[in-house]
Amino acid sequence: MADLITNISKLKLKNPVMTASGTFGFGTEYSDFIDLSKLGGIVVKGITPKPRQGNPYPRMVETASGMLNAVGLQNKGVDYFIEHIYPEISQYNTEIVVNINGGSIEEYCEVASKINNLDKVNAIELNISCPNVKQGGMLFGIHCPSAIAVTKAVRDVYNKTLIVKLSPNVTNIVEFAKAVEDNGADAVSLINTLLGMAINSRTRRPSLSTVTGGLSGPAIKPVALRMVWQVHKAVKIPVIGMGGIMNATDAIEFILAGASAIQIGTANFINPAITVEIVEGINDYLEQNKFKSISDLVGALEC
Amino acid sequence: MKKLIDTLQVIDNKRLNKEFFVLLLQSDKQLPEILPGQFVQVKVEGSPRTFLRRPISVYDVDYSQQSISLLIKIAGDGTRQLSKLIPGEKLNIIYPLGNSFSKPSDNRLLLIGGGTGVAPLLFLGKYLRKQYNIVPEFLLGYRSKDLAIELEKFEEIGKTYITTEDGSLGHKGFVIHHPILFDEKKEINMIYTCGPEVMMKEVAKYANNKNIACEVSLENLMGCGIGACLCCVVDTIDNGNVNTCTEGPIFNTKQLKWQI
Ligand SMILES: Cc1cc2nc3c(=O)[nH]c(=O)nc-3n(C[C@H](O)[C@H](O)[C@H](O)COP(=O)(O)OP(=O)(O)OC[C@H]3O[C@@H](n4cnc5c(N)ncnc54)[C@H](O)[C@@H]3O)c2cc1C
Ligand SMILES: Cc1cc2nc3c(=O)[nH]c(=O)nc-3n(C[C@H](O)[C@H](O)[C@H](O)COP(=O)(O)O)c2cc1C
Ligand code: FES
Repeated sequence: MADLITNISKLKLKNPVMTASGTFGFGTEYSDFIDLSKLGGIVVKGITPKPRQGNPYPRMVETASGMLNAVGLQNKGVDYFIEHIYPEISQYNTEIVVNINGGSIEEYCEVASKINNLDKVNAIELNISCPNVKQGGMLFGIHCPSAIAVTKAVRDVYNKTLIVKLSPNVTNIVEFAKAVEDNGADAVSLINTLLGMAINSRTRRPSLSTVTGGLSGPAIKPVALRMVWQVHKAVKIPVIGMGGIMNATDAIEFILAGASAIQIGTANFINPAITVEIVEGINDYLEQNKFKSISDLVGALEC
Repeated sequence: MKKLIDTLQVIDNKRLNKEFFVLLLQSDKQLPEILPGQFVQVKVEGSPRTFLRRPISVYDVDYSQQSISLLIKIAGDGTRQLSKLIPGEKLNIIYPLGNSFSKPSDNRLLLIGGGTGVAPLLFLGKYLRKQYNIVPEFLLGYRSKDLAIELEKFEEIGKTYITTEDGSLGHKGFVIHHPILFDEKKEINMIYTCGPEVMMKEVAKYANNKNIACEVSLENLMGCGIGACLCCVVDTIDNGNVNTCTEGPIFNTKQLKWQI
């Protein structure tokens, strides 16, 4: 067994494989298929201060090698999470990362400070890149001064590992990565979904109730890989890579491009056991290529 | 109920007409218990345009043969690819998924189906007879006679009424126009229905007016089928948006915020 231990600032993962927020529920949905304790970490569904019903149906449509979603952060709110979900998921023998959302800086801080009190949660992922909500969300992630302001404010109320999740819907993602690094982020994760759209020509209507939605899956992988590579070169903090990872080979490509850890999203829908298969596949690759430790592979791209 | 990922072998692929086919699949393991109304998530290989799994209801189960059958309508690329499977080929599925039709409180039941919506009703009918010794009746609607499929299987279970839109078989019109629904002497205490949404809404309206309990099987678009993506929601009276794949696909119409 190669050494798969991965450090994301103070957050210590047993291996670099995490699940992407919004695609893995709270983990329990997958416990029939895999042993959750084999994962590096679970990033749970996005949490907001108040319960949200999300967007009306239809919320998804399949597209070439991917899917568009417009779930819109449906969740029962941070208090429900702390009271009803946290007690159960804190029993898992893996790191739990909470994905934090809000419509304003105050709302992000409210959720972050409440999560700060939970012993078994050692990191949050600040989602400033959700394309499916009218207020907040991606607005913070595509306007650099807003990204800075929300990162700074959350840093003040949260003292464990702060990961900021970046939006790919910008001209220069490096500028955002550097800005959040300078303002207190311990790590960045990327990419969230790419803003997209689908039309049903038969009904002459948009396929999603919200007209536009977020594109995920293998269709976005080349874009995600490019952004991870650019950001890795520009920042000193760890980069968590995601976007269209379907197997261990894809995961290794992200690690070579500079990702210290990776997240698996849409692939879970097709193979609910894929995360554990990817952990095994990464280990096999390291052994076959005589790498002792996963850290030797991070950013090892030769070009 | 534990969900499984399993690779089954195609034993038979029977083409019923230009739109429908039945896949008979066998597992090399003992089948889990499968309830009527539950579905499987099928992985489609070899179609460049099919990425996500496809939800399909269970049409029949044979525990002694470790086999299940699926009744499928060719709707697009994914189902067309499935229609080309030949015996010996493999199919990866996740199952059993979703809730099930509830236990009837009475024995005067009508099972109303349209198109592929008849699929979960065959399994339900068999189950009602075996489990509760209830002989249900079926009311099945098709566009025309050539699309009416495997009727003998339904007739074996209980009296089967038919409607076709062109009148080529049974009563002419939609299921909702069939005379048994307007027969004063006929007592129906519960309706189970599956089919196109317009049909199910009409049936729900009828049941509502007559104060008959009614359960529908919804076919919402699904991302995962296991409760993880929150894409398949339906708006309910008590709980707002809930997942069709885990809280459903079967719902009592009184729970749904349908404008009927
Ligand atoms: C719980 C459940 C049970 C189902 N049971 C059966 C069954 O027993 N037999 C069967 O033939 N079909 C069933 N369906 C519908 C089936 O899943 C779709 O027809 C199939 O996914 C279409 O895939 P495709 O790649 O062939 O078509 P696509 O190319 O994906 O779509 C072709 C057309 O079909 C429509 N469509 C796609 N998905 C659905 C859907 N979920 N519901 C309704 N229309 C859809 C699309 O809008 C499009 O117009 C069920 C669906 C659900 C949610
Ligand atoms: C159905 C769905 C829901 C999502 N919900 C969230 C969310 O709540 N918060 C978040 O930060 N990202 C969310 N995402 C984005 C994913 O976490 C991930 O960034 C993206 O899907 C790219 O990875 P993938 O191609 O592996 O899926 C969601 C994605 C999908 C498909
Ligand atoms: S299809 Fe993903 S939650 Fe129902």
